[in-house]
Amino acid sequence: MSAKEYRTVASARGGLLLVKQVPRVAFGDRVMIRDHRGRQRNGQVIRSSRSEALIQVFEGTDDLDLETTWVRFMDQPLEISLSPELLGRVFNGIGEPRDNRPPIVSNVRRNVSGSAINPAARTYPREFIQTGISTIDGLNALVRGQKLPIFSGSGLPHNRITAQIVRQARLMDEESGFSVVFAALGVSHSDARFFEEDFASSGVLGNVVMFINLADDPPVERLALPRVALTAAEYLAFDLDRHVLVVMTDMTNYAEALREVSTAKGDVPSRKGYPGYLYSDLAEIYERSGRIRDRHGSITLMPVVTMPSDDITHPIPDLTGYITEGQIVLSRELHNQGVYPPIHILPSLSRLMKDGIGKDDTREDHPRVASQLYALYARAQEARNLASIIGADELSERDRRYLEFADAFDLQFVTQGEDEDRSIIETLNLAWELLSHFPNDALSRVSETDIAKYHHSGKK
Amino acid sequence: MMNTPPRSGVIREINGPIVTILLPGLRNGEQVEIGRLGLVGEVIALDGEEAIVQAYESTEGLRPEEPVAGLGWPLSVELGPGLLGGIFDGIQRPLEKIFLQAGDHIPRGLNLPSLDRERSWHFVPDPKLQIGAELTTGMRLGTVQETNTIEHRILVPPNRFGSLLELAPEGEYQLEQPIGRVRTPDGRTRKLKLFHRWPVRIPRPYRSRDHGSAPLITGQRILDTFFPLMKGSKGAVPGPFGAGKTMVQQQIARWSNADIVIYVGCGERGNELVDVLESFPKLQDPYTGRDLMERTLLVANTSNMPVVAREASIYVGLTLAEYYRDQGYDVLMLADSTSRWAEALREVSGRLGQMPVEEGYPAYLASRLAAVYERAGRVETGGCGKGSVTLVGAVSPPGGDFSEPVTAHTKEIIQTFWALSKDLADARHYPAVDWVGSFSEHVHTAAEWWHREVDASWEKWRGEALALLARDAELSRIVNLVGSEALSSAQRWELEGAALIKEGLLQQSALDPVDTFASPEKQFLLLNLMLTIYHKGAELIELGVPVQELMELPLLTRARRAKQVYNSQQTDKLRELLVEILGEFEQVRLEYAKFEEHAR
Ligand SMILES: Nc1ncnc2c1ncn2[C@@H]1O[C@H](COP(=O)(O)OP(=O)(O)OP(=O)(O)O)[C@@H](O)[C@H]1O
Ligand SMILES: [Mg+2]
Repeated sequence: MSAKEYRTVASARGGLLLVKQVPRVAFGDRVMIRDHRGRQRNGQVIRSSRSEALIQVFEGTDDLDLETTWVRFMDQPLEISLSPELLGRVFNGIGEPRDNRPPIVSNVRRNVSGSAINPAARTYPREFIQTGISTIDGLNALVRGQKLPIFSGSGLPHNRITAQIVRQARLMDEESGFSVVFAALGVSHSDARFFEEDFASSGVLGNVVMFINLADDPPVERLALPRVALTAAEYLAFDLDRHVLVVMTDMTNYAEALREVSTAKGDVPSRKGYPGYLYSDLAEIYERSGRIRDRHGSITLMPVVTMPSDDITHPIPDLTGYITEGQIVLSRELHNQGVYPPIHILPSLSRLMKDGIGKDDTREDHPRVASQLYALYARAQEARNLASIIGADELSERDRRYLEFADAFDLQFVTQGEDEDRSIIETLNLAWELLSHFPNDALSRVSETDIAKYHHSGKK
Repeated sequence: MMNTPPRSGVIREINGPIVTILLPGLRNGEQVEIGRLGLVGEVIALDGEEAIVQAYESTEGLRPEEPVAGLGWPLSVELGPGLLGGIFDGIQRPLEKIFLQAGDHIPRGLNLPSLDRERSWHFVPDPKLQIGAELTTGMRLGTVQETNTIEHRILVPPNRFGSLLELAPEGEYQLEQPIGRVRTPDGRTRKLKLFHRWPVRIPRPYRSRDHGSAPLITGQRILDTFFPLMKGSKGAVPGPFGAGKTMVQQQIARWSNADIVIYVGCGERGNELVDVLESFPKLQDPYTGRDLMERTLLVANTSNMPVVAREASIYVGLTLAEYYRDQGYDVLMLADSTSRWAEALREVSGRLGQMPVEEGYPAYLASRLAAVYERAGRVETGGCGKGSVTLVGAVSPPGGDFSEPVTAHTKEIIQTFWALSKDLADARHYPAVDWVGSFSEHVHTAAEWWHREVDASWEKWRGEALALLARDAELSRIVNLVGSEALSSAQRWELEGAALIKEGLLQQSALDPVDTFASPEKQFLLLNLMLTIYHKGAELIELGVPVQELMELPLLTRARRAKQVYNSQQTDKLRELLVEILGEFEQVRLEYAKFEEHAR
């Protein structure tokens, strides 16, 4: 660590400091900044040349001046200390304690940028996680090591759903649950408290590490936070062999912070002012989840993305969807109808479901039941639209049956209690109750054997 | 290749993947070793004594004044036996070996040779070659059995022609051991080995373009039957996220009748490559009966790997594809996704401060894209007959908007366009290929093949099915406004006919072991089955049979399920089903006639 401090700041704006006449500082290195009142801030070198360095300041550049700002180059990358003591602790976005307890002391220190997992080192995720929520388990199943975001909107109950998943998620044949890494990016005090209380009341707090950046904390810190949190998750998963569930809320705030800094840097914007590298940047975060050959642990990632104006084509949900292995989409319409959890199945998808369900994992009819429910529900939406135009009474008998099905589906299958933990078998049985509204011939996506075994007309 | 001694200089500035160096005498495209870690990069612009270099690896930790060295050659790949079955990164580093040597994560500055130097190969010299023979580019020197299915033809490299001085006898050779010597026109004697290098940005030479061709059979009904792609041509699969681009490409990689498949994961998910690596060895090539990995090779620059190597990965894939083409094979190259490649171009041009023209993309986007696709084609090779490269690129338009630059330019270049629709995908209608937005410029050419190999009425039936789907779209608009009661019986039966086509023919599950692949014959029989049902029903409605009665016939459900009940070997069963169904219709006709008589 170099002890020398530089007082050669040439500009300070938008979270960036330009420092002149600096030694040959390494790209990506950590920086300490002392302001005119002696308070310390943290930064990172994001451009380095022979004569100057550009620094991104995590605490922001508000209230800095050019004359009395001191900069020290730490000669090391941004790292955090790791030990099993992480569990039960609360940190800020760069890994400093937020719970008035001492920092973690350990000789295991890791660079938070991580490095790309070799695709040849991965193994395909295939173990079904039962979340107890029918629309997820039955139709968009999550598997261990998957990255599956929740696409929400402001005011929708994504926090309650995420908390329910954290409480209920487990493998079918295992009692022990997950270790949780909770990453809060720009969330409100009350949302943060909601999670803390929920973890405390369900007794998992000792198994949770929290990294918190609140709405009134500096936005630039949000750029480091997911990387810090994932470095902790990797340690828990691949050093300590734990199964880790990482919840990140809200990635929209992360992307906003990135836009803020990139604009200040003068990067060429692409859509809606977000930098062209938003895709790669998000991917560096999301791709840190997964399973690795010969390692016991795993990282399952559930980011929450609130869609600005509920628009799924907005760059943040759009690019997220292009990287993650599916998405769970919440619907304002269902929410307004009082449906909890308001999961809209049509745009929702789990890409890794295919290898995690079926005969050896859940039940043999599961893939076909899911496909059949989708086909019927999609068809039923047409009947709903029609009913809203010509009135339900005018519908043909066929269409009326679809309409009834859709209503029953929303009320019985989608709707469930916040504490209702349905087993996958219960979910599938419920599905057959709904499918039995239709005669056998209308169900071409399930097999004849399925019908004989599970259709209510078949079992007398 | 440039063979000047290495020169050295220093780093001036590091700005993400873009490094400015002080080193005169470099050439654009030249490879550079950067910093103490020895990262690899490529010169992309020269400005006086300075050069701008894009680094293929993360530049974290680099400092100004660290040394750099020009290597004297452009980005090149190694071409020789040992490629198939492997997984390489965007600049052809062997990922499996890197995993064994360095563990779970990819370290920086680790430069292992792409091809295994230790392994021996059984070389059989070409018996027709005599000492003193005039060797020309691409001529066959001999063969090596690379995998159980693929014979690797050792070729005269493009820069090694001349007269043959010596050719090794049959036996075991390692890659670095010479298998012959040649006297080149400049009078020098040069060694021939089992492998050679080629710069990726330069298309490999061939004798001439060749135009005759057959369709690439993918085993996917909507592709083969409705929007055929010819071997040696170029296609694109655009679609919003989750619509099924990767699935379509993986299905083609699995089931198509190409000899060699090069799958380039360009800026996409690591798990998708693992899926291929884990599932292909367990699948059987429907044409050779062998493990599919024996004909497959992966190039991987996943979305979290450095963005500059993403741009290179497409060229690396293309060069490997051309190399097997030159051996006389039909090669299929899949690029998932070309949008990530274009974004890598955009990122680099942005950092260079180049003027963006549309959505931040540089002005040369369209010409670069066209040049990439131009490397597809069927050719007369230098010495192995005809070979082809078929190129299929996925396109990932932001917000699913097909008018954005990459989709729009691609559409101008390609000949087959498989447009994926979010609505179809949301309803789990897979593959979500939209029959309205998709096209193939090669239907007539493909028809020749279908008429010769399968059935002379293919084009007629195909046209009829598309027409029925078009009427379905029209009628559905009415139904969505006023309900199906407003339609005539004949019109309602048309809707039913279209539904049969959609469910019984177009929808095809990649996950169902029977349905995942359909031979051309099975495809045709299903098409025939659905349309015959439609025609027979229409005749009965004409006679006055109530449409309701027809719609409740159990045979409709049997027809819908036929695709997953009978596999491609059971075409006789499908024919029997057709006969049976015709019988049932006849039954209905007779009963109805009896009923009419009674009523009278
Ligand atoms: N033919 C098919 N049969 C069954 N399922 C399919 C088929 N095609 C697509 N799917 C389903 O759709 C999901 C998404 O497909 P895929 O991953 O290919 O989308 P994509 O267009 O490549 O998305 P992205 O742009 O995000 O990579 C798959 O995981 C699978 O569940
Ligand atoms: Mg994809």
